Amino acid sequence: MKQFFAVFKARNIEYYRDKGSLSWAFMFPLLVIIGCAVTFSNPDESVFKVGLYGNADSFKNIELLQQSYTKSISFEDLPKALERLQYHQLDLLISSTGDKQYWINTESSSSKAAEQLLLANSHDFTKQETSGRKIRYVDWVIPGVLGMNLMFGALFGVGYVIVRYRNNGVLKRLQATPISALQFLSAQLASRLLIVVLVNSLIFVGCHYFLNLVVLGSYINLLLITVLGGLSMIAIGLLVASRTANEELAGGLLNIATWPMLFLSEVWFSLDDSPQWLQSLADLMPLTHIVKATRAVMIDGATLAEVSHHLLWMLALTAACMAMAAYLFRWTKSS
Amino acid sequence: MDYLLQVNHLHKHYRDIKAVDDISFGIRAGTCFGLLGPNGAGKTTTIEMIEGIIPPTSGEILFKGKPRDNSFAQQIGIQFQSTALQDFLTVREVLALFDQLYNKTIASEQLIALCELGEFIDREANKLSGGQKQRLLLALALINDPAVVFLDEPTTGLDPQSRRKFWELVTTIKAQGKTVVLTTHYMDEAELLCDELIIIDHGKIIDQGSPQQLLDKHLPHKRVCIDQPANSDQTGGFDQTRLSGKIENNNGHLDIITTSVETTLHELLAQNTDLSSLRVRNPTLEDLFIKLTGHQLRD
Repeated sequence: MKQFFAVFKARNIEYYRDKGSLSWAFMFPLLVIIGCAVTFSNPDESVFKVGLYGNADSFKNIELLQQSYTKSISFEDLPKALERLQYHQLDLLISSTGDKQYWINTESSSSKAAEQLLLANSHDFTKQETSGRKIRYVDWVIPGVLGMNLMFGALFGVGYVIVRYRNNGVLKRLQATPISALQFLSAQLASRLLIVVLVNSLIFVGCHYFLNLVVLGSYINLLLITVLGGLSMIAIGLLVASRTANEELAGGLLNIATWPMLFLSEVWFSLDDSPQWLQSLADLMPLTHIVKATRAVMIDGATLAEVSHHLLWMLALTAACMAMAAYLFRWTKSS
Repeated sequence: MDYLLQVNHLHKHYRDIKAVDDISFGIRAGTCFGLLGPNGAGKTTTIEMIEGIIPPTSGEILFKGKPRDNSFAQQIGIQFQSTALQDFLTVREVLALFDQLYNKTIASEQLIALCELGEFIDREANKLSGGQKQRLLLALALINDPAVVFLDEPTTGLDPQSRRKFWELVTTIKAQGKTVVLTTHYMDEAELLCDELIIIDHGKIIDQGSPQQLLDKHLPHKRVCIDQPANSDQTGGFDQTRLSGKIENNNGHLDIITTSVETTLHELLAQNTDLSSLRVRNPTLEDLFIKLTGHQLRD
């Protein structure tokens, strides 16, 4: 164990003295926060969005839906439609299936206004109420941004260093000592995990302070997701860096690992309307699980049990990647 | 004879290249054993197979009469030919890191004093000069008080002063009873430090023995060099036919190749020769290498 802690401590000292990397680790997320705050400062839309559940023909006589300032969106899944209403992504939900009903969000003034316009000409609907705080796009996207930052910090932070150390002989010098590949890799993982969790936590606190994020779930669960997500990403980074001494190749491999995740892990947009095969592919990626779990805890108030499948998957991926990395690990270019 | 380290029929092949081709030798405890040869001879490959850094293609390596096990790494120290240390760590922190990697270590103060690291102990390791870095790497090789210290071309690229300082350190280590295994392509270094050496070229051992044994065996002759006046009748000149050794003329400088320097001197004194330009040149390992392999040590 003392070998593990010796390498762990040395790596931490190296990191905080590397002013270039340290500055970038904090500067980049800060730029992202500023960019998000500016980007999402648009005024509210004035058009009413009305969700429709039922046969399309049954809504033809509703005058509200014929107006140019109303946008109608059909749903085949009532709970999903209600969820949209709760998040203020719909102003009104009308069902023509069975008993004619409509739902409003009591916390939304647009919803109440849409209700009045509906009732002006349609009187045979039963009122239902729901409530929910408005989920802005920034509330939805920040979990993705946090996950993305975790990914870059973990993958590139650990991968490049190991490849460079293999290239210039630092690893060879360590190979000549009694430390094992698993001890060395574990110390790298622990050191990088400490850094990415700390940085991500600070970014979360900063975002929460400046953007007043929706956080319905437990902060402890968010921390746990960050830790397990960080572990899985670092393990992938260690696996990528396990054999090559070519920094360009390592960079290429890391980009191959990160760019698909960036676009398919629901960081910027949902894949709900995408083909099933694409969603299945995305579910293989650790960033998808980090983002979905974080979003579920923050926006839906999900419990630990409700996100446990994401956590277990990240844990399994960590174990598999670490085992492969230790098995494939080369101390030198030619060993 | 009991050897501390023994290598039997060692081979290392890389596709079509035989880097090490059937090498066998034994190293006695407490000696400085040298592997001498030009670049690409197979010295580093051989030593790294013994260290456990690279696996042999075939062959046997014994430590204290038995195959090496996990405890071998605790009992050896290694200084590689070219290596780097962690960025942003000071010399003190590097010593502290390596101190924790072994079960038994020497006190840092002792190492700092031995290798004279005090003047730059708090400087970052990647900001050291060549000589300073080599002394730190030697300290790391000694940190676990090893029985065997492997030094792979430790003075390559150093200035003469740094080289001499390093040689003093190696002499001190030898005096402590440690076994030193040294690779070098500097014949002066091999002659000064090594008790026994093998000459390697193209992956094979050309010959083995102490430096003096090898020289006596292959190059028993010495060269007595003297400048011959243009006219042998001039005062201070001499009659070459009255010398017993073979004469070689190098543009007015005469090399008298002889097995006995005393005999040659008597012959010159008998002719009242002017000895002011006299020089005696002993054969070097470079001469030996050329004789054994047909090319220079640094081709």
